[in-house]
Amino acid sequence: MLNRLRLAAILFAALAALAASLNFVSVSRAEPGARQSQAPQPAPGTTPKSQWQPFTPAGSQPSPQIVANPSPPLIVIDPAHGGPDPGAHSSSGINESDVVLEYARMMRIALEGKGLLVVLTREGNDDPSFDERSAFANASRRAIFISLHLSTTGTPGTVRAYSLPIPLPSQSISTPILNLPPPVAVPNPHPGLRDWDHAQEPYLDLSRRLAELVQIQLSQSFRGSPDLPTAVAIRQLRTIAAPAIAVEVSSVSVPNRSQLDEMSSPLAQAVAKAVSDFLPVYAGASP
Amino acid sequence: MTATIVWRRWVLAASILAVLVVIGLFMFFGLRQRVSRLGQEELKAEQAQREPVQTEISTPTDVKVQAQIYWLSPTAHDTLEPATIELPLSADPAIRAKQLIVALITLVPDPSQRTLPAGAALLQLYILPDGTAIADFSDALATETPSGILSEQLAVNSIVSTLAANVPSIRRLKILIHGQEAETLAGHVDLTGFFTVSTASSAPAGLPVNPANPVQLPPFTPGGPTIINKPSAAPSSGAAPPPAAQSAPKKQ
Repeated sequence: MLNRLRLAAILFAALAALAASLNFVSVSRAEPGARQSQAPQPAPGTTPKSQWQPFTPAGSQPSPQIVANPSPPLIVIDPAHGGPDPGAHSSSGINESDVVLEYARMMRIALEGKGLLVVLTREGNDDPSFDERSAFANASRRAIFISLHLSTTGTPGTVRAYSLPIPLPSQSISTPILNLPPPVAVPNPHPGLRDWDHAQEPYLDLSRRLAELVQIQLSQSFRGSPDLPTAVAIRQLRTIAAPAIAVEVSSVSVPNRSQLDEMSSPLAQAVAKAVSDFLPVYAGASP
Repeated sequence: MTATIVWRRWVLAASILAVLVVIGLFMFFGLRQRVSRLGQEELKAEQAQREPVQTEISTPTDVKVQAQIYWLSPTAHDTLEPATIELPLSADPAIRAKQLIVALITLVPDPSQRTLPAGAALLQLYILPDGTAIADFSDALATETPSGILSEQLAVNSIVSTLAANVPSIRRLKILIHGQEAETLAGHVDLTGFFTVSTASSAPAGLPVNPANPVQLPPFTPGGPTIINKPSAAPSSGAAPPPAAQSAPKKQ
């Protein structure tokens, strides 16, 4: 009997302790909310602190153009491939996805050094879809999109900049060919919204201009690179609602990875210089 | 006594294990042979499937002409260069286009000048009345083309430039992979639209042939690229106005 009483007492004590601990957890969970509600709110008419400010690394000053522009664009750097898709790869074990991620990280440092806000479409070995990568730029009010690639072919040590082709007016697909009736224009069912699949269309000229500026820098930094950018229908660029280019380094066929690593810093500096030169053009062209 | 029994048990267990390992090795090698035999049979079946396409296409109207075929330059492998070869070509534009693409794949003078993979096959090619050529390739075009913007651009440009030089009635080209529209060729070049082959005035192909020395691009004009056209490509009234690129300095 005495033993049963002792057992019941122990059980009661254990239940009481459990109840107390649950109560503590619930109280501690409620604390962050309570703290949040006590956070100071900005006074009416003042600028909230969360509003975007140009990123300025310690010890550096933002460039004059950026200070003059109230809303500098977000620079989206897209290291291509990743995850199960290594992209171009060599027998010596060089994977495009690894190399371009290193290039992107170096490019971020160079661009942040110019006072710009930079985001990468992937930080590790994952593989976002074309649209997920596009969303980084399309979710921003103003952005510049740079997709980084490493080729399988081409003269090693050269770098090319690409933008989408700009058609001749006479080549418009709506132009009747061989006296066929012109296609019926379909009105946009959602005025105010841009067609995602053709988001790049209004930015073709700006993208071309950015590609030209980048290619100028690349041709100076990497001997053998062309003087002019190339117009190619690249899938990734089609759905970007911002100036968008691709930069491709040649090539994965180098015998040693160190040759590609040595290109990292001059590549980052060349692109950062070109982006900096492009900012006034972009600011003047914005609606 | 007990030690002897334990020793005998160990010997028995080791013997059984050795027999099992030997049986496993036999089964493993047998399985490997079967897998390799199956792979060879699949390869033969695929080769047999594309054999009718890759054999020479000849018609009664064939006439030997000097055809220009665009392969990689023997000196610079990031550039296309036309090679003039004598080919019997049909007067029918669709058959002529097939013959040219088959020649582009099979008659490459040197493997290092190849733009399309050796395993790729042209399954079918039609030309619509409006001058649109629809070329349907086997899966190998997508799976065996080296990944990269440059290599994919050179592959497409070699087809476009070869057709532009030899079949003037083709205005634009649509590339299908095994009868289906593919999003990209090998991860980069967009295949959802059309590639301009020639304009009404029989101008060269719309895409630059030599990436190192691109053709002069047209003046900056707002509008959509022809190569990414879709039926729903009607201009959106709510889209952002075209940027004032005219104010930007242009480098042609």
